[in-house]
Amino acid sequence: MLVSNLEFLPGRTVVRHLGLVQGSSVRSKHVGRDIAASLKNFFGGELRGYTELLSDSREEATERMLAQARSMGANAVLNVRYSTSSIAAGAAEIFVYGTAVELDIE
Amino acid sequence: MNSLLFQAGSVVALLVLGFLFGRLAEKRHYRKIIQRESETQALPVVASRYPPEDRPYRQQLVTGSVVIASDYFKAFLAGLINIFGGRVTPYESMLDRARREAVLRMKAEALALGAAYVFNIKFDTTRIATGKVGAMEVLAYGTAMIPLGQAVGIQHEI
Repeated sequence: MLVSNLEFLPGRTVVRHLGLVQGSSVRSKHVGRDIAASLKNFFGGELRGYTELLSDSREEATERMLAQARSMGANAVLNVRYSTSSIAAGAAEIFVYGTAVELDIE
Repeated sequence: MNSLLFQAGSVVALLVLGFLFGRLAEKRHYRKIIQRESETQALPVVASRYPPEDRPYRQQLVTGSVVIASDYFKAFLAGLINIFGGRVTPYESMLDRARREAVLRMKAEALALGAAYVFNIKFDTTRIATGKVGAMEVLAYGTAMIPLGQAVGIQHEI
């Protein structure tokens, strides 16, 4: 499955547009990590635990989007966008969406 | 009276610690960023939506992200600046660091794939609030263009 945030691919033609596909994931951290993060907040710097959490969450959301695209019979998802929102204390939603298409055979 | 003194003392201690550690971390981080930026200069990151067509490319989405927290001193200073308004420089440098770090991580992923360019770079910045902790997440993503074979015709000029 080809995933790209460009709108078209040089040298390839889109045979069929299959429409919007999306995936999302809401995750939060266990309390221990939150306490460690609040300590870090006094001295500044990267919160590695959260960086990992969000990138895992992003992977999961992308996987859900790809599953949807596969079930539609797509072989590529174009014009992919990510969006993140903090929905409650300690939880963030990752949303990923794109256009599922069928490309000609390479 | 004693507890009031203790409270004031702990705030001052946190301010001093935040200032010292924060400054040290920021200086060290900037040094690293500048060094890594010059190392990865050969890989251009382009904000254009139109990919080059000089040769066949394989495409793959690459991402880089970082969650960064402010230190106690920065938060305090920002609170002071907020009263009078104006440029909140302590947070400007914090976000600048986060954004450049995210781009560098994205570039590292693209370089590992053997990419020649990263096209259509987008940024996504979110405040991650967890109770008292204020932190920002910066995500950078784009399409890595991995050349397949030799260039045909005119080289794409950027």
